[in-house]
Amino acid sequence: MGNAIMRPVITGARYFLTHCSGLMRYGSKPAREISRKPALLGEIASHLRTHEQSIGYAPNRVFLGSMHPDELRSIPRPWYSRNEAAERRQPHGEVMPEEEFYGILKLSDDFDLLWLEESFLAGVREALSRHPLIDASELDRLGDGTAAAAIEKQTADAAKALPLHLPDGRLVGCVNRAHDEDDALTAPVILENLACKGSAAMALRTLLHDGQLDPGGIDYVINCGEEAVGERYQRGGGNLAKAIGEMCGLDNATGSDLKAFCCGPVHALVMAASLVSAGVFRRVAVVAGCSLAKLGMKFQSHLAAQQPIIEDTLAAVAILVGPDDGVNPILRLDSIGRHNIGAGSSQQAIFEKLIAEPLRRCGLRFEQIDKYATELHNPEATEPSGSGDVPARNYRLIGALAALRNEIDRSDIQRFAETHGMPGFSPTQGHIASAVPFLGQAVDLLRDGRMQRAMFLAKGSLFLGRMTQMSDGMSFILERNEPCG
Amino acid sequence: MELSGKKVIAIGERDGVQGTSIGNCARSAGATVVLEMTHCFV
Repeated sequence: MGNAIMRPVITGARYFLTHCSGLMRYGSKPAREISRKPALLGEIASHLRTHEQSIGYAPNRVFLGSMHPDELRSIPRPWYSRNEAAERRQPHGEVMPEEEFYGILKLSDDFDLLWLEESFLAGVREALSRHPLIDASELDRLGDGTAAAAIEKQTADAAKALPLHLPDGRLVGCVNRAHDEDDALTAPVILENLACKGSAAMALRTLLHDGQLDPGGIDYVINCGEEAVGERYQRGGGNLAKAIGEMCGLDNATGSDLKAFCCGPVHALVMAASLVSAGVFRRVAVVAGCSLAKLGMKFQSHLAAQQPIIEDTLAAVAILVGPDDGVNPILRLDSIGRHNIGAGSSQQAIFEKLIAEPLRRCGLRFEQIDKYATELHNPEATEPSGSGDVPARNYRLIGALAALRNEIDRSDIQRFAETHGMPGFSPTQGHIASAVPFLGQAVDLLRDGRMQRAMFLAKGSLFLGRMTQMSDGMSFILERNEPCG
Repeated sequence: MELSGKKVIAIGERDGVQGTSIGNCARSAGATVVLEMTHCFV
Protein backbone atom coordinates (compact mmCIF):
# COMPACT_ATOMS: atom_id res chain seq x y z
CA MET A 1 0.00 0.00 0.00
CA GLY A 2 1.41 3.39 -0.93
CA ASN A 3 1.80 6.29 1.46
CA ALA A 4 0.89 9.05 -0.98
CA ILE A 5 -1.06 11.86 0.69
CA MET A 6 -4.29 12.71 -1.09
CA ARG A 7 -4.24 16.37 -2.10
CA PRO A 8 -7.58 18.04 -1.27
CA VAL A 9 -9.15 20.44 -3.76
CA ILE A 10 -11.93 22.98 -3.54
CA THR A 11 -14.31 22.14 -6.32
CA GLY A 12 -16.51 25.17 -5.95
CA ALA A 13 -18.10 27.77 -3.73
CA ARG A 14 -21.56 29.22 -4.05
CA TYR A 15 -23.38 31.96 -2.22
CA PHE A 16 -26.86 33.05 -1.29
CA LEU A 17 -28.08 36.57 -0.61
CA THR A 18 -31.53 37.62 0.43
CA HIS A 19 -32.65 41.20 0.66
CA CYS A 20 -34.53 41.40 3.97
CA SER A 21 -35.46 44.94 4.86
CA GLY A 22 -38.68 43.81 6.62
CA LEU A 23 -36.65 41.60 8.94
CA MET A 24 -34.22 44.41 9.66
CA ARG A 25 -36.22 45.37 12.75
CA TYR A 26 -35.04 42.07 14.28
CA GLY A 27 -31.38 42.76 13.81
CA SER A 28 -29.85 43.06 17.29
CA LYS A 29 -29.12 46.78 17.10
CA PRO A 30 -32.37 47.90 15.45
CA ALA A 31 -34.45 45.74 17.84
CA ARG A 32 -32.81 47.31 20.87
CA GLU A 33 -33.08 50.87 19.61
CA ILE A 34 -36.65 50.52 18.29
CA SER A 35 -37.79 49.25 21.69
CA ARG A 36 -36.39 52.45 23.20
CA LYS A 37 -37.68 54.74 20.46
CA PRO A 38 -40.50 53.24 18.33
CA ALA A 39 -40.44 56.23 15.95
CA LEU A 40 -37.19 54.84 14.57
CA LEU A 41 -39.22 52.33 12.57
CA GLY A 42 -40.43 55.16 10.37
CA GLU A 43 -36.92 56.54 9.91
CA ILE A 44 -35.66 53.09 8.99
CA ALA A 45 -38.50 52.61 6.52
CA SER A 46 -37.52 55.79 4.69
CA HIS A 47 -33.92 54.58 4.23
CA LEU A 48 -34.55 51.11 2.84
CA ARG A 49 -33.48 49.85 -0.55
CA THR A 50 -35.58 47.78 -2.93
CA HIS A 51 -34.82 44.24 -4.00
CA GLU A 52 -33.89 45.53 -7.47
CA GLN A 53 -31.43 48.02 -5.97
CA SER A 54 -29.86 45.23 -3.94
CA ILE A 55 -29.46 43.08 -7.07
CA GLY A 56 -27.76 45.90 -8.95
CA TYR A 57 -25.55 47.03 -6.08
CA ALA A 58 -21.94 46.63 -7.22
CA PRO A 59 -20.60 44.99 -4.01
CA ASN A 60 -23.40 42.40 -4.19
CA ARG A 61 -22.56 41.73 -7.86
CA VAL A 62 -18.95 41.12 -6.83
CA PHE A 63 -20.13 38.83 -4.02
CA LEU A 64 -22.10 36.79 -6.54
CA GLY A 65 -19.30 36.60 -9.09
CA SER A 66 -20.55 39.04 -11.74
CA MET A 67 -17.54 41.30 -11.30
CA HIS A 68 -13.96 40.90 -10.07
CA PRO A 69 -13.44 42.74 -6.76
CA ASP A 70 -10.81 45.01 -8.35
CA GLU A 71 -13.48 46.36 -10.72
CA LEU A 72 -14.93 48.20 -7.73
CA ARG A 73 -11.92 50.53 -7.86
CA SER A 74 -13.19 52.01 -11.11
CA ILE A 75 -16.68 52.70 -9.75
CA PRO A 76 -16.85 56.04 -7.95
CA ARG A 77 -18.32 56.02 -4.46
CA PRO A 78 -20.96 55.99 -3.22
CA TRP A 79 -21.63 52.66 -4.86
CA TYR A 80 -25.25 52.66 -3.66
CA SER A 81 -26.01 55.54 -6.00
CA ARG A 82 -24.69 53.65 -9.05
CA ASN A 83 -26.73 50.48 -9.23
CA GLU A 84 -26.58 48.69 -12.57
CA ALA A 85 -29.35 46.64 -14.09
CA ALA A 86 -28.60 43.03 -13.22
CA GLU A 87 -30.25 39.64 -13.07
CA ARG A 88 -31.36 38.15 -9.78
CA ARG A 89 -29.38 34.96 -10.55
CA GLN A 90 -25.71 35.71 -11.05
CA PRO A 91 -22.73 33.39 -11.67
CA HIS A 92 -22.24 32.32 -8.04
CA GLY A 93 -25.71 32.71 -6.57
CA GLU A 94 -28.85 34.79 -6.32
CA VAL A 95 -30.38 37.68 -4.42
CA MET A 96 -33.71 36.31 -3.22
CA PRO A 97 -36.53 38.72 -2.41
CA GLU A 98 -37.75 38.74 1.19
CA GLU A 99 -41.20 37.34 0.39
CA GLU A 100 -39.67 34.16 -1.02
CA PHE A 101 -37.23 33.92 1.87
CA TYR A 102 -40.20 33.79 4.24
CA GLY A 103 -41.18 30.69 2.26
CA ILE A 104 -37.67 29.26 2.72
CA LEU A 105 -38.01 29.89 6.46
CA LYS A 106 -41.28 27.96 6.39
CA LEU A 107 -39.62 25.06 4.56
CA SER A 108 -36.85 25.11 7.17
CA ASP A 109 -39.37 24.79 10.00
CA ASP A 110 -40.08 21.18 11.03
CA PHE A 111 -42.11 22.14 14.12
CA ASP A 112 -44.77 24.49 12.73
CA LEU A 113 -43.31 27.39 14.64
CA LEU A 114 -43.48 29.82 11.74
CA TRP A 115 -46.92 30.79 10.49
CA LEU A 116 -47.55 32.66 7.25
CA GLU A 117 -50.84 34.35 6.45
CA GLU A 118 -52.96 32.48 3.87
CA SER A 119 -53.06 34.99 1.01
CA PHE A 120 -49.43 35.95 1.49
CA LEU A 121 -48.43 32.30 1.46
CA ALA A 122 -50.36 31.76 -1.78
CA GLY A 123 -48.19 34.43 -3.41
CA VAL A 124 -45.03 32.92 -1.94
CA ARG A 125 -46.00 29.48 -3.25
CA GLU A 126 -46.58 30.92 -6.71
CA ALA A 127 -43.18 32.66 -6.68
CA LEU A 128 -41.32 29.62 -5.38
CA SER A 129 -42.99 27.38 -7.97
CA ARG A 130 -40.77 29.14 -10.52
CA HIS A 131 -37.61 28.71 -8.47
CA PRO A 132 -35.26 26.11 -9.97
CA LEU A 133 -34.07 24.91 -6.55
CA ILE A 134 -37.53 24.27 -5.05
CA ASP A 135 -39.42 21.15 -6.06
CA ALA A 136 -43.15 20.52 -6.18
CA SER A 137 -43.28 18.41 -3.02
CA GLU A 138 -41.88 21.33 -1.08
CA LEU A 139 -44.65 23.57 -2.37
CA ASP A 140 -47.10 21.11 -0.80
CA ARG A 141 -45.18 21.22 2.45
CA LEU A 142 -45.75 24.95 2.66
CA GLY A 143 -49.34 24.12 3.61
CA ASP A 144 -52.34 26.45 3.35
CA GLY A 145 -51.21 29.13 5.74
CA THR A 146 -52.77 30.65 8.83
CA ALA A 147 -55.77 32.98 9.07
CA ALA A 148 -54.84 36.63 9.55
CA ALA A 149 -57.00 36.79 12.68
CA ALA A 150 -55.09 33.92 14.28
CA ILE A 151 -51.75 35.63 13.58
CA GLU A 152 -53.02 38.91 15.00
CA LYS A 153 -54.24 37.12 18.12
CA GLN A 154 -50.95 35.25 18.53
CA THR A 155 -48.78 38.34 18.12
CA ALA A 156 -50.88 40.37 20.56
CA ASP A 157 -48.80 38.72 23.30
CA ALA A 158 -45.20 39.69 22.61
CA ALA A 159 -43.95 36.86 24.82
CA LYS A 160 -45.62 34.25 22.62
CA ALA A 161 -44.77 35.25 19.09
CA LEU A 162 -42.71 37.61 16.96
CA PRO A 163 -44.68 39.28 14.15
CA LEU A 164 -43.24 39.08 10.63
CA HIS A 165 -43.65 42.15 8.44
CA LEU A 166 -42.88 43.32 4.96
CA PRO A 167 -41.00 46.61 4.59
CA ASP A 168 -44.30 48.49 4.18
CA GLY A 169 -45.38 47.25 7.61
CA ARG A 170 -47.85 44.63 6.39
CA LEU A 171 -48.19 41.76 8.89
CA VAL A 172 -47.65 38.52 6.95
CA GLY A 173 -46.91 35.96 9.65
CA CYS A 174 -45.29 35.23 12.97
CA VAL A 175 -42.69 33.05 14.65
CA ASN A 176 -43.82 31.35 17.84
CA ARG A 177 -41.64 30.56 20.79
CA ALA A 178 -40.98 26.84 21.04
CA HIS A 179 -41.24 26.50 24.83
CA ASP A 180 -43.03 28.60 27.43
CA GLU A 181 -40.13 28.83 29.84
CA ASP A 182 -36.98 28.13 27.85
CA ASP A 183 -34.94 31.23 27.00
CA ALA A 184 -32.98 29.21 24.43
CA LEU A 185 -36.17 28.63 22.43
CA THR A 186 -37.74 32.09 22.33
CA ALA A 187 -39.25 33.37 19.08
CA PRO A 188 -36.24 35.61 18.23
CA VAL A 189 -33.85 32.69 18.72
CA ILE A 190 -36.00 30.40 16.57
CA LEU A 191 -36.15 33.06 13.84
CA GLU A 192 -32.37 33.51 13.85
CA ASN A 193 -31.78 29.78 13.68
CA LEU A 194 -34.33 29.20 10.92
CA ALA A 195 -32.74 32.01 8.91
CA CYS A 196 -29.30 30.49 9.38
CA LYS A 197 -30.55 27.04 8.38
CA GLY A 198 -32.60 28.16 5.39
CA SER A 199 -29.97 30.48 3.93
CA ALA A 200 -27.22 27.87 4.28
CA ALA A 201 -29.46 25.27 2.64
CA MET A 202 -30.07 27.61 -0.31
CA ALA A 203 -26.32 28.20 -0.74
CA LEU A 204 -25.72 24.43 -0.64
CA ARG A 205 -28.52 23.76 -3.12
CA THR A 206 -26.96 26.33 -5.46
CA LEU A 207 -23.59 24.58 -5.15
CA LEU A 208 -25.13 21.17 -5.87
CA HIS A 209 -27.13 22.52 -8.80
CA ASP A 210 -24.30 24.43 -10.48
CA GLY A 211 -21.81 21.61 -9.99
CA GLN A 212 -24.33 19.01 -11.17
CA LEU A 213 -23.42 17.13 -8.01
CA ASP A 214 -25.17 14.09 -6.61
CA PRO A 215 -26.29 15.00 -3.06
CA GLY A 216 -25.80 11.35 -2.14
CA GLY A 217 -22.11 11.64 -3.00
CA ILE A 218 -21.36 13.97 -0.12
CA ASP A 219 -20.17 12.20 3.02
CA TYR A 220 -19.94 14.93 5.62
CA VAL A 221 -21.16 18.48 6.27
CA ILE A 222 -19.43 20.99 8.50
CA ASN A 223 -21.55 23.97 9.47
CA CYS A 224 -19.58 26.98 10.66
CA GLY A 225 -22.42 29.48 11.05
CA GLU A 226 -22.41 31.37 14.32
CA GLU A 227 -25.91 30.67 15.62
CA ALA A 228 -26.40 28.63 18.79
CA VAL A 229 -28.95 25.86 18.26
CA GLY A 230 -30.18 23.99 21.32
CA GLU A 231 -32.40 24.26 24.37
CA ARG A 232 -31.74 25.33 27.93
CA TYR A 233 -29.81 22.24 28.95
CA GLN A 234 -27.43 22.48 25.98
CA ARG A 235 -27.68 26.01 24.61
CA GLY A 236 -25.56 25.87 21.49
CA GLY A 237 -25.75 22.06 21.34
CA GLY A 238 -25.56 22.40 17.61
CA ASN A 239 -25.38 20.15 14.60
CA LEU A 240 -27.26 22.49 12.38
CA ALA A 241 -25.02 20.90 9.75
CA LYS A 242 -27.13 17.78 9.69
CA ALA A 243 -30.38 19.77 9.48
CA ILE A 244 -28.99 21.72 6.51
CA GLY A 245 -27.84 18.48 4.86
CA GLU A 246 -31.32 17.02 5.35
CA MET A 247 -32.86 20.00 3.56
CA CYS A 248 -30.56 19.36 0.61
CA GLY A 249 -31.05 15.60 0.27
CA LEU A 250 -27.61 14.60 1.53
CA ASP A 251 -28.95 11.24 2.64
CA ASN A 252 -25.53 9.59 2.92
CA ALA A 253 -23.92 12.36 4.93
CA THR A 254 -23.63 13.17 8.56
CA GLY A 255 -22.10 16.29 9.96
CA SER A 256 -21.27 18.58 12.82
CA ASP A 257 -20.86 22.23 13.68
CA LEU A 258 -17.56 23.99 14.09
CA LYS A 259 -17.58 27.23 16.06
CA ALA A 260 -14.79 29.77 15.88
CA PHE A 261 -16.49 33.16 15.51
CA CYS A 262 -15.61 34.81 12.17
CA CYS A 263 -12.70 32.43 11.79
CA GLY A 264 -15.06 29.45 11.59
CA PRO A 265 -15.12 29.01 7.80
CA VAL A 266 -11.32 28.88 7.49
CA HIS A 267 -11.06 26.40 10.38
CA ALA A 268 -13.83 24.35 8.75
CA LEU A 269 -12.09 24.29 5.38
CA VAL A 270 -8.85 23.13 6.96
CA MET A 271 -10.75 20.37 8.80
CA ALA A 272 -12.63 19.38 5.65
CA ALA A 273 -9.44 19.25 3.60
CA SER A 274 -7.75 17.16 6.30
CA LEU A 275 -10.63 14.67 6.38
CA VAL A 276 -10.45 14.31 2.59
CA SER A 277 -6.67 14.06 2.59
CA ALA A 278 -6.73 11.37 5.26
CA GLY A 279 -9.29 9.40 3.27
CA VAL A 280 -11.83 9.52 6.10
CA PHE A 281 -14.39 11.13 3.80
CA ARG A 282 -14.29 11.63 0.05
CA ARG A 283 -16.39 14.77 -0.24
CA VAL A 284 -17.05 17.27 2.54
CA ALA A 285 -19.35 20.27 2.28
CA VAL A 286 -18.62 23.35 4.38
CA VAL A 287 -21.68 25.51 4.93
CA ALA A 288 -22.38 28.72 6.79
CA GLY A 289 -25.75 30.40 7.11
CA CYS A 290 -26.56 34.03 7.68
CA SER A 291 -26.42 36.17 10.79
CA LEU A 292 -29.83 37.78 11.22
CA ALA A 293 -28.59 39.61 14.33
CA LYS A 294 -26.29 41.69 12.13
CA LEU A 295 -29.06 43.17 9.98
CA GLY A 296 -28.94 46.95 10.38
CA MET A 297 -25.98 46.66 12.76
CA LYS A 298 -24.81 50.20 11.92
CA PHE A 299 -28.16 51.62 10.85
CA GLN A 300 -27.89 54.70 13.07
CA SER A 301 -24.75 55.90 11.33
CA HIS A 302 -26.35 55.24 7.95
CA LEU A 303 -29.37 57.32 8.96
CA ALA A 304 -27.05 60.08 10.18
CA ALA A 305 -25.17 59.99 6.87
CA GLN A 306 -28.45 60.20 4.96
CA GLN A 307 -27.61 57.05 3.03
CA PRO A 308 -29.54 53.83 2.52
CA ILE A 309 -29.14 51.27 5.29
CA ILE A 310 -26.63 49.00 3.63
CA GLU A 311 -26.95 46.11 6.09
CA ASP A 312 -30.23 44.92 4.60
CA THR A 313 -28.94 41.66 3.16
CA LEU A 314 -28.46 38.22 4.69
CA ALA A 315 -25.66 36.09 3.25
CA ALA A 316 -24.67 32.43 3.25
CA VAL A 317 -21.97 30.29 1.66
CA ALA A 318 -21.43 26.64 0.72
CA ILE A 319 -18.11 25.14 -0.35
CA LEU A 320 -17.23 21.63 -1.50
CA VAL A 321 -13.91 19.98 -0.69
CA GLY A 322 -12.97 16.80 -2.52
CA PRO A 323 -10.01 14.65 -3.59
CA ASP A 324 -7.51 15.82 -6.20
CA ASP A 325 -9.20 15.83 -9.60
CA GLY A 326 -6.31 17.36 -11.51
CA VAL A 327 -8.41 20.43 -12.29
CA ASN A 328 -9.54 22.30 -9.21
CA PRO A 329 -7.20 24.28 -6.93
CA ILE A 330 -5.33 22.53 -4.15
CA LEU A 331 -5.81 23.53 -0.56
CA ARG A 332 -2.21 23.17 0.57
CA LEU A 333 -2.19 21.42 3.91
CA ASP A 334 1.46 22.31 4.34
CA SER A 335 0.52 26.00 4.26
CA ILE A 336 -1.79 26.24 7.26
CA GLY A 337 -1.21 29.31 9.37
CA ARG A 338 -2.57 29.28 12.88
CA HIS A 339 -2.68 31.79 15.67
CA ASN A 340 -1.50 29.61 18.52
CA ILE A 341 -2.45 30.32 22.13
CA GLY A 342 0.96 31.62 23.11
CA ALA A 343 1.38 33.93 20.13
CA GLY A 344 -0.05 37.12 21.65
CA SER A 345 -2.94 39.10 20.25
CA SER A 346 -1.29 42.11 18.63
CA GLN A 347 -2.04 42.53 14.93
CA GLN A 348 1.62 42.01 14.11
CA ALA A 349 1.71 38.75 16.08
CA ILE A 350 -1.46 37.51 14.39
CA PHE A 351 -0.29 38.33 10.86
CA GLU A 352 3.15 36.89 11.58
CA LYS A 353 1.49 33.58 12.42
CA LEU A 354 -1.09 33.65 9.64
CA ILE A 355 1.06 34.95 6.81
CA ALA A 356 4.81 35.25 7.37
CA GLU A 357 5.30 31.88 9.04
CA PRO A 358 3.41 29.75 6.46
CA LEU A 359 5.07 31.64 3.60
CA ARG A 360 8.47 30.92 5.08
CA ARG A 361 7.54 27.25 5.56
CA CYS A 362 6.42 26.99 1.93
CA GLY A 363 9.45 28.83 0.58
CA LEU A 364 7.30 31.64 -0.80
CA ARG A 365 7.68 35.40 -0.78
CA PHE A 366 4.83 37.79 0.03
CA GLU A 367 4.50 38.83 -3.61
CA GLN A 368 4.14 35.24 -4.80
CA ILE A 369 0.62 35.27 -3.38
CA ASP A 370 -1.50 36.86 -6.12
CA LYS A 371 -4.32 37.83 -3.80
CA TYR A 372 -4.80 37.82 -0.06
CA ALA A 373 -8.42 37.33 1.00
CA THR A 374 -8.91 38.68 4.49
CA GLU A 375 -11.73 40.60 6.19
CA LEU A 376 -13.72 41.69 3.15
CA HIS A 377 -16.39 43.89 4.72
CA ASN A 378 -17.95 46.49 2.46
CA PRO A 379 -16.55 49.89 3.53
CA GLU A 380 -19.81 51.55 2.60
CA ALA A 381 -21.33 49.75 5.59
CA THR A 382 -18.51 50.42 8.04
CA GLU A 383 -17.15 53.88 7.24
CA PRO A 384 -20.18 55.93 8.32
CA SER A 385 -19.90 54.54 11.85
CA GLY A 386 -16.22 55.39 12.11
CA SER A 387 -15.02 51.79 11.76
CA GLY A 388 -13.12 52.76 8.62
CA ASP A 389 -12.19 50.64 5.63
CA VAL A 390 -11.39 47.34 7.34
CA PRO A 391 -9.97 45.46 4.32
CA ALA A 392 -7.74 48.42 3.35
CA ARG A 393 -6.37 48.57 6.88
CA ASN A 394 -5.61 44.86 6.86
CA TYR A 395 -3.88 45.05 3.47
CA ARG A 396 -1.67 47.94 4.56
CA LEU A 397 -0.66 45.85 7.57
CA ILE A 398 0.21 42.88 5.35
CA GLY A 399 2.24 45.23 3.14
CA ALA A 400 3.98 46.63 6.21
CA LEU A 401 4.90 43.10 7.28
CA ALA A 402 6.38 42.48 3.82
CA ALA A 403 8.39 45.69 4.16
CA LEU A 404 9.52 44.72 7.66
CA ARG A 405 10.94 41.55 6.13
CA ASN A 406 12.67 43.56 3.41
CA GLU A 407 10.65 41.86 0.69
CA ILE A 408 9.29 45.18 -0.53
CA ASP A 409 10.36 48.76 -0.02
CA ARG A 410 8.44 50.84 2.52
CA SER A 411 7.37 53.16 -0.28
CA ASP A 412 5.74 50.17 -1.97
CA ILE A 413 3.29 49.33 0.80
CA GLN A 414 0.34 51.07 -0.86
CA ARG A 415 1.12 49.49 -4.23
CA PHE A 416 1.38 46.08 -2.54
CA ALA A 417 -1.96 46.62 -0.80
CA GLU A 418 -3.69 47.50 -4.07
CA THR A 419 -2.08 44.74 -6.12
CA HIS A 420 -2.39 41.91 -3.65
CA GLY A 421 -5.50 43.08 -1.83
CA MET A 422 -8.95 44.00 -3.00
CA PRO A 423 -11.71 46.43 -2.05
CA GLY A 424 -14.19 45.13 0.50
CA PHE A 425 -17.50 43.98 -0.93
CA SER A 426 -19.10 41.58 1.53
CA PRO A 427 -22.23 42.21 3.56
CA THR A 428 -21.20 42.67 7.20
CA GLN A 429 -22.36 39.18 8.10
CA GLY A 430 -19.53 38.25 10.46
CA HIS A 431 -18.08 34.87 9.56
CA ILE A 432 -19.40 35.16 5.99
CA ALA A 433 -17.31 38.29 5.36
CA SER A 434 -14.04 36.72 6.50
CA ALA A 435 -11.94 35.59 3.53
CA VAL A 436 -14.47 33.17 1.99
CA PRO A 437 -16.34 35.74 -0.16
CA PHE A 438 -13.38 35.58 -2.58
CA LEU A 439 -13.28 31.79 -2.68
CA GLY A 440 -15.75 31.32 -5.55
CA GLN A 441 -13.85 33.74 -7.78
CA ALA A 442 -10.49 32.31 -6.69
CA VAL A 443 -11.53 28.80 -7.74
CA ASP A 444 -12.47 30.14 -11.20
CA LEU A 445 -9.29 32.21 -11.56
CA LEU A 446 -6.99 29.41 -10.39
CA ARG A 447 -8.73 26.84 -12.54
CA ASP A 448 -8.25 28.76 -15.78
CA GLY A 449 -4.74 30.00 -14.99
CA ARG A 450 -5.46 33.68 -14.35
CA MET A 451 -4.03 33.28 -10.86
CA GLN A 452 -1.36 30.99 -9.40
CA ARG A 453 -2.17 31.13 -5.71
CA ALA A 454 -4.25 32.98 -3.13
CA MET A 455 -4.10 33.07 0.63
CA PHE A 456 -7.24 33.01 2.75
CA LEU A 457 -6.95 34.32 6.28
CA ALA A 458 -9.58 35.06 8.87
CA LYS A 459 -9.60 36.42 12.38
CA GLY A 460 -11.97 35.60 15.21
CA SER A 461 -13.00 37.87 18.08
CA LEU A 462 -13.03 35.29 20.86
CA PHE A 463 -13.05 37.99 23.52
CA LEU A 464 -16.64 38.89 22.62
CA GLY A 465 -17.84 35.76 24.46
CA ARG A 466 -16.04 36.92 27.65
CA MET A 467 -14.27 33.58 28.17
CA THR A 468 -10.84 34.80 27.11
CA GLN A 469 -9.13 38.00 26.05
CA MET A 470 -7.63 36.18 23.09
CA SER A 471 -8.22 36.63 19.39
CA ASP A 472 -7.99 33.80 16.90
CA GLY A 473 -6.78 33.38 13.36
CA MET A 474 -6.34 30.73 10.70
CA SER A 475 -5.08 30.74 7.11
CA PHE A 476 -4.33 28.55 4.11
CA ILE A 477 -2.97 28.87 0.60
CA LEU A 478 -5.11 27.79 -2.33
CA GLU A 479 -2.95 26.94 -5.34
CA ARG A 480 -3.45 26.20 -9.02
CA ASN A 481 -3.57 22.48 -9.61
CA GLU A 482 -0.31 21.38 -11.18
CA PRO A 483 0.74 17.75 -11.48
CA CYS A 484 2.85 16.52 -8.55
CA GLY A 485 6.46 16.48 -9.56
CA MET B 1 0.25 63.15 27.50
CA GLU B 2 0.83 62.67 31.24
CA LEU B 3 -0.93 59.48 32.36
CA SER B 4 0.65 59.05 35.78
CA GLY B 5 -2.06 58.97 38.47
CA LYS B 6 -4.86 59.10 35.88
CA LYS B 7 -7.66 56.59 35.45
CA VAL B 8 -7.90 55.07 31.99
CA ILE B 9 -10.62 53.30 30.03
CA ALA B 10 -8.89 51.19 27.38
CA ILE B 11 -11.12 50.20 24.47
CA GLY B 12 -9.34 48.34 21.71
CA GLU B 13 -10.40 47.03 18.33
CA ARG B 14 -10.08 43.61 16.74
CA ASP B 15 -8.61 44.99 13.49
CA GLY B 16 -6.53 47.62 15.24
CA VAL B 17 -4.90 47.70 18.66
CA GLN B 18 -6.24 45.29 21.29
CA GLY B 19 -7.60 46.63 24.59
CA THR B 20 -5.05 44.62 26.56
CA SER B 21 -2.19 46.30 24.67
CA ILE B 22 -3.60 49.78 25.31
CA GLY B 23 -4.12 48.88 28.97
CA ASN B 24 -0.56 47.63 29.34
CA CYS B 25 0.82 50.81 27.77
CA ALA B 26 -1.29 52.97 30.10
CA ARG B 27 -0.19 50.97 33.15
CA SER B 28 3.46 51.28 32.20
CA ALA B 29 2.95 55.04 32.07
CA GLY B 30 1.61 55.03 35.63
CA ALA B 31 -2.14 55.05 34.96
CA THR B 32 -4.77 52.95 36.68
CA VAL B 33 -6.77 51.02 34.10
CA VAL B 34 -10.37 50.89 35.33
CA LEU B 35 -11.82 49.17 32.27
CA GLU B 36 -10.07 47.24 29.55
CA MET B 37 -11.86 45.57 26.67
CA THR B 38 -11.60 44.82 22.98
CA HIS B 39 -14.45 45.21 20.55
CA CYS B 40 -15.13 43.99 17.07
CA PHE B 41 -16.65 46.74 14.95
CA VAL B 42 -17.64 44.53 12.06
